[in-house]
Amino acid sequence: MDYRLELRNVSKSFGEVQALEDVNFQLGQNEVVGLLGDNGAGKSTLIKILTGYYQPTSGEILFNGQKVDHLTVPKARQLGVETVYQERALAELQTLWRNIFLGRELKNKWGLLDVQRMKEETYRLMNQSMGFTSSAVDPNSRVGTFSGGEKQGVAIVRALYFDAEIIILDEPTMGLSLKETAKMVNFVLGIKKAGKSAIFIDHNVLHVYNVADRVVVIDRGRIAGEFMTNNITLDKLMDKMIRVAETSSLD
Amino acid sequence: MSSQTKGITSEASQPYKETFSLGKFIRTNGAQLGILGVFFGLWIVFIVSAPNTFLSSRIYFAFMSTIPFFAIMAIPLTMVVIAGEMDLSFPSIMAMGMVAFSFAYNATETSIESVSMRVILAFVVALLAGAIIGGLNGLIIVKFGIPSLVATIGTQFFWRGAVLVLTQGANYTLSYIKETFLYSVLVGKIGGYFPMQMVWLIVIAILGWVLLNRHKFGAHIYLIGDNAQSAQLMGVNTGRTRIQAFILVGLLSAFAGVVASFHVAYFWPSLGEGLLLRTLASVFLGGTSVFGGVGTILGTFLGAFIIGAIEAATVAVGLTGFWTQLIYGLIIVLSVIMHTYLGKRAG
Repeated sequence: MDYRLELRNVSKSFGEVQALEDVNFQLGQNEVVGLLGDNGAGKSTLIKILTGYYQPTSGEILFNGQKVDHLTVPKARQLGVETVYQERALAELQTLWRNIFLGRELKNKWGLLDVQRMKEETYRLMNQSMGFTSSAVDPNSRVGTFSGGEKQGVAIVRALYFDAEIIILDEPTMGLSLKETAKMVNFVLGIKKAGKSAIFIDHNVLHVYNVADRVVVIDRGRIAGEFMTNNITLDKLMDKMIRVAETSSLD
Repeated sequence: MSSQTKGITSEASQPYKETFSLGKFIRTNGAQLGILGVFFGLWIVFIVSAPNTFLSSRIYFAFMSTIPFFAIMAIPLTMVVIAGEMDLSFPSIMAMGMVAFSFAYNATETSIESVSMRVILAFVVALLAGAIIGGLNGLIIVKFGIPSLVATIGTQFFWRGAVLVLTQGANYTLSYIKETFLYSVLVGKIGGYFPMQMVWLIVIAILGWVLLNRHKFGAHIYLIGDNAQSAQLMGVNTGRTRIQAFILVGLLSAFAGVVASFHVAYFWPSLGEGLLLRTLASVFLGGTSVFGGVGTILGTFLGAFIIGAIEAATVAVGLTGFWTQLIYGLIIVLSVIMHTYLGKRAG
């Protein structure tokens, strides 16, 4: 069976800085892969290549076994990649409904925005499906007034609404309360149950270990190793992570 | 619902109903209500202090005949500022559009007989020139990553210089336009009173509102001005959208240039000078934020009329013309303070 998503020998450099070097990465069908690595290891660069934000300097990107040339953000979204960014990618002065449909506004038959339908959908998703009941979370309220968890909810709904096949979560638990973090972890388990694939990036080894089928460790722009989570104990994984950070080798 | 919406299946769907609350309405429309307040407040002050002038219709027809010259440009400029950019070159584009107009008119002297046709063709060439110059502004800003404030200071000089070089600084009459069809369409008077340029301003303001509030282009303008990186991460083509906004400013500046020149049936190579700050002031008075992401067409429209009325009002009230700029400054500063305050409270 083809991989849902595959990177072959991908390198990316920004001028003199080599951010990724000869990276081979696979995401299977209905697989949750955890991506671990220190700050500056290249995790963010890797996902920004998968989402079409950066073009790789060299190497190939394949979706379902098909090579895709010149991946752009709209193209990646068409292929079913949705990302919950670390920086959440929100426009804080704008209303909730505008943020939910950012970059993919619904139009009516005259080619104009279907504002009413976007507001209805926003209400259905945020208030009914996601269960945000606070009166502050209204389709017309500005996202800048939301709490961290509510903002994360906006980013998640955006990923879900458009029926993504591959969901990339970049540090999704950052800045969240304990309760919100538990909700987040449940959400990732839900992705798995729904038969979709996900890439989960986090600093917290524990969060990743609990939800991922496989963990890929990235260090200084290279893949340092990978483990199936059911073949390794959490303690051992922690040891390996510390060793990588100190010696840049897993063993 | 569309096929896109199957991501989450809704249970016990309760349709969304917009609940109206006065408090919320005031908070979300604070900027527009604020400028409306300033507008009517000043109007009352004018009427009370100079009833003879402000209770007769003549002054209003005078306003409607001259304010559109810069208000027409203030509409697309609002979009550029909402996108977090700036354009200082539009007064030069006004003049450059008229140079293109004259060149096209003269070039068709032997080939086309009808003056009316030649004027219409020249008008189209002027609009095209404006759009191209606006597009060049956008390209310089987007492709070379130059801050628009700096880039358009440069192009402002360049195109004014081009006007002077191409015309050798000469001014000349456009009396031939007076008998043409386009003259009555652009600057004629309906029923002998109502100036056509006001009709054009209203049409442009309505189209501008639709574009900004009910079209993808406008949605992207707000998003880019608010957070350009988010817009880009979500697949908005930030470069193309900004270039389109600059094209609009160029196009409508050339249009305003033609309208202003037709009004006096004369071409001055200094056309547009003196409108720069008035146009910008209309935009900022109307509550558009220089930081981007916030602004309305209605605000700009009212802002332009406030700016346009102050000059006449100071004289009518009995102050000397020397007071005009002082009052301009006072109202602009106070309004911007008001907008900043209202902006902080907007929830």
